[in-house]
Amino acid sequence: MAVQVKQESKLSVNVTHRVTSYKCPVSSKKGGCGGKRECQGGFREQIVGAGFAPDVSSYYTTQAEVRAYQRESVTKGDKMNSRGLRSQLKDSVPVAGLCPQGAYGLQDSLRSGFTSIKNELLPSHPLELSEKNFQLNQDKMNFSTLRNIQGLHAPLKLQMEYRAARQIQRLPFLPSSNLALDTLRGSDESIGFEDILCDPAQSEMMGEPHMMVEYKLGML
Amino acid sequence: MALSTVLETPGAGFNFDNAARNAALEGLFEGGQTPKPLKTGTTIAGVVFKDGVVLGADTRATSSDVVADKMCAKIHYISPNIYCCGAGTAADTEKTTDLLSSNLSIFSLNSGRNPRMVMAVNILQDMLYRYHGQIGANLILGGVDCTGNHLYTVGPYGSVNKVPYLAMGSGDLAALGILEDGFKHNLELEKAKELVRAAIHAGIMSDLGSGNNIDICVITKEGVDYIRPYQESEYKDDRKMKYKYGPGTTAVLTEKVIPLKLEVVQETVQKMETV
Repeated sequence: MAVQVKQESKLSVNVTHRVTSYKCPVSSKKGGCGGKRECQGGFREQIVGAGFAPDVSSYYTTQAEVRAYQRESVTKGDKMNSRGLRSQLKDSVPVAGLCPQGAYGLQDSLRSGFTSIKNELLPSHPLELSEKNFQLNQDKMNFSTLRNIQGLHAPLKLQMEYRAARQIQRLPFLPSSNLALDTLRGSDESIGFEDILCDPAQSEMMGEPHMMVEYKLGML
Repeated sequence: MALSTVLETPGAGFNFDNAARNAALEGLFEGGQTPKPLKTGTTIAGVVFKDGVVLGADTRATSSDVVADKMCAKIHYISPNIYCCGAGTAADTEKTTDLLSSNLSIFSLNSGRNPRMVMAVNILQDMLYRYHGQIGANLILGGVDCTGNHLYTVGPYGSVNKVPYLAMGSGDLAALGILEDGFKHNLELEKAKELVRAAIHAGIMSDLGSGNNIDICVITKEGVDYIRPYQESEYKDDRKMKYKYGPGTTAVLTEKVIPLKLEVVQETVQKMETV
């Protein structure tokens, strides 16, 4: 699919500008709080993932890049709405979830041993990225279709409910049932590989409780 | 055991942690090959006839050059009115058809209806497309529902075809030849069973990956007739004698008994509250 190809080429060409501009609702400035994690949750993934370059300017794609991207899609004969594409590029769970986070964005050799740059940047299996982002991409697709059909209010209301349901969780090292979230999504009526394989409630390893809570609260 | 390096719970679903390690191990075996997953190397076929659908399959499962299972069941149950033949990697077809069957039974419990063929096909298609062919399952779905008798094939990349007769697997060319020659619309039950049997037989004769017995499954509006085996292979081996050894076959040379002495160190009595 054309969208997938564009996503990957953007990743390989320009790694530090991977996270496009986003608006964190807690801190009102564009680009968020620059890693201070005052929001304690919602946008932490983007902030943590862009830990490569902690300065705020790297959170934006430049205007030149946006124009080049739009020009590209026109010359390739795609008649699709490139604005919709841009909204799909941002907010995806970044690859650097593979890379451990320490202070100043460097890897923490004491905790995770020696790593090669290649292992941190590129996924080792073709499906790894697409599986990581699958739920996110499905939701985005569905919400943008809903927005086009019924107007802005429909995805807005639904996302408000999702945000509320997502907060019903136990402490990070304990397994949460996510019952409300499942019911909203409709995944309580279907079964897939994520229900059978690697069930976190039955994992043999437990994370260190204090570390995990500190990580979640941003104190680490 | 608590690991200090785990900062977030690992996600559910497929885990790709070992992919890099496996890629590194590929080069280390020096001419040998990494163990291959069990493939079914199959002939499966299906035909739509006047009152329903007939599905047929052979029963051999191979693991590289060795026959791993001589009585493998390749026709899987999906729902009371839908059955599915699977070719490709054995584990993948098993798990995928199991998931499909669970999803459809949740649906029929929720809605009180028998699922339709198109629903099964769409669920499969979505699931297989999501994994971009990494799940090696070539499936033939056959069933009868309120809209009629249907036969569908779903490929590993998510491609779907709706056809009146079909053969898949490594022996599909030979089976398809027989089907192309003998198929007519609105066949009778016995003729349809004979056609599928001949197709699978041709596949067994011409392909090394197919063999042993032939299973047939007939699905009609009244019910399902799963005949296993429909035809047994003439090359069945016959055990010439029993291999069970009676007691006393092996002579006892010496016997030594050492009693284990245990002494009571402490005795405590705890009262149970049985109100």
